[in-house]
Amino acid sequence: MSERARASATATVAGVAAGWLALALLVWLYGESPRAVVAQLVAGTWGMPYGVGQVLYKATPLLLTGVAVDLALRAGLFNIGAEGQLAVAGLAVGTVGARLSPGTPGWLAVPLVLAVALLAGAAWAALPALLRARFGAHEVISTIMMNRVADAAIGFGLAQGLAISGTVRTPDVAAGALLPRLDALGLPSLHGSAVSLALPLALVVALLVSAWLGRSRVGREIVLVGLSPTACAAERIPVARRIGAALVLSGAVAGLGAVAPVLGYKGYFESGLGAGAGFGGIAVALLGRGHPLGLLGAALLFGTLEQGGLVVNARVPMEVMTVLQGVVIVAVALADARVRAALVRRTA
Amino acid sequence: MSFLAAVLSVTMLAQTLRMAVPYACAGLGGVWSERSGVVNIALEGILLAGGLGGVVAHVATGSAWAGVAAGALTGAALGAVHALIVVRGRVDAIVSGIAINLAAAGGTRFVLRTLYESSSNSPPVEGFRAASLGGASGAALLARTLVDPLTLATAALVAGTAWTMMRTRFGLRVRACGEDPTAAASVGVDVPRVRLTAVSLGGAICGLGGVALAYDQHQFQSGMSGGRGFIALAAVILSGWRPGRAALACLAFAALDAVQIVVQDQVRGTGYLAQMLPYVATLVALWAVARRRGEGAIAGRPPAGLGKAVE
Repeated sequence: MSERARASATATVAGVAAGWLALALLVWLYGESPRAVVAQLVAGTWGMPYGVGQVLYKATPLLLTGVAVDLALRAGLFNIGAEGQLAVAGLAVGTVGARLSPGTPGWLAVPLVLAVALLAGAAWAALPALLRARFGAHEVISTIMMNRVADAAIGFGLAQGLAISGTVRTPDVAAGALLPRLDALGLPSLHGSAVSLALPLALVVALLVSAWLGRSRVGREIVLVGLSPTACAAERIPVARRIGAALVLSGAVAGLGAVAPVLGYKGYFESGLGAGAGFGGIAVALLGRGHPLGLLGAALLFGTLEQGGLVVNARVPMEVMTVLQGVVIVAVALADARVRAALVRRTA
Repeated sequence: MSFLAAVLSVTMLAQTLRMAVPYACAGLGGVWSERSGVVNIALEGILLAGGLGGVVAHVATGSAWAGVAAGALTGAALGAVHALIVVRGRVDAIVSGIAINLAAAGGTRFVLRTLYESSSNSPPVEGFRAASLGGASGAALLARTLVDPLTLATAALVAGTAWTMMRTRFGLRVRACGEDPTAAASVGVDVPRVRLTAVSLGGAICGLGGVALAYDQHQFQSGMSGGRGFIALAAVILSGWRPGRAALACLAFAALDAVQIVVQDQVRGTGYLAQMLPYVATLVALWAVARRRGEGAIAGRPPAGLGKAVE
């Protein structure tokens, strides 16, 4: 194991350990037995086939938003707008999917709605990307503002006729555009859980993005820009364009995160569907540290916590899990900073 | 009443002042933090936590002043946590801010459910009510706003921050740490300690803003900060990190908020569009400032040592 890999493993272990400690502490403060709650959490998630399926379902959008946030991070950018990009893409997919004629075959409908998700997410990231690349306006504030605008815009769209009147949901998506659940595809033991073909799709996307960043010219330049924009500018790499591209692509991948709940589970979009996955993706990206396997592991961890939160909600408020995301982020970052400082000291 | 009359009324002025308090407190928190060199997007979470801290203490003791103290303390504590993670732990300030915001969003709901068995709101609190100034007229509302202790405190804090930052030894040290931490350290300034103090002080002021937000609604609601911390940070950037101007920018955003409410009230069916107004305005302001500053057309720039640790 290389020194860097060992450092990275140390940070991950520290983060996860801190997360479990914090969970135990909060549960204890709440007046419940940490052991009993953790046992219930594990039994309700990895302890039964339905639970496993639900964890995988929750992990699917988290993996995609994690890949999205990671892609931007590689270019030195914080895409905090994944939340809004995913939500807008969800509405777009629900709307377009519902307008397709009912007989549209899957080979046509699925690629079409996937393209819609990518485009909608990219479109929602385009303005912050432009502001950053062209004018240097900080993407953190602009992407957060776009999240808020997305909330209002989605409410507006739903109220203006995109929803079935009197509700906050779109009509049903054409059957051909739906992503089949895995229990219908030869994994009957997952019966009833919402995990769908969106999961293998997310895995493929994670690998593709990783390969593209590592092997393509533009991808490699994006990573180099993240390491040192001034050096890249000196080498005549178009820094602004690479930054813009990274943020727009990040938005596209985040948008794709909407297909798991919309096409793989509900079959329509409704207000609030997929909420939290964008912010969860930040935690996944920071824990996954730029490696597809790391991102997958982090998505599974936070997917477990999300599903586990629902399982134990009767005993302990599931809001605990959001606190844990914060704790894990800080613990990993602290451990990472320590390890890095030690490495620097040794090589100096 | 016509739309224009509604916008230009005394009520509107009162609403603007009332809404400016949380923005201005968060903005001052941002100024203290960033002038010392620590980027602070945790303002959003600090507003939220400060508001809840204030309400919990108010409910428990029955005293609005106890709530004010608790809100400021909660804010200071979170500010200190942010500073420790960033300055001592050498973690990226954005990462720490994201984590604090997540923990505050989840933590406030957790506390609400633990204490009040609701994840959406607290029981009602009295806050500061000037009983002698009743009535629903615009003038009465303005009078109530003007004698509200938190409005007065905010005005004093704006002046106090500007004075302390520019005219005192402590303010000079804070600015030195923000401009060039290495140089500050070389003349004997304890940079981590100054930064810890400045960010905690800013956190306390921001926490007060949270209390004002909650007292204004006479209860704490989950997620009630509604992006105000981030907008206040945009106001700080807009102002070139100067306290007085930051407060003015906050006042402008508060006016937009007040207009938004009038628009929603007066023009049917514009609710969602009006709701976007402060956020779109923030985007426009970010764009305008970045563009003009890029051309060197406006004064004010980020502290040169923003985000830099001592070498």
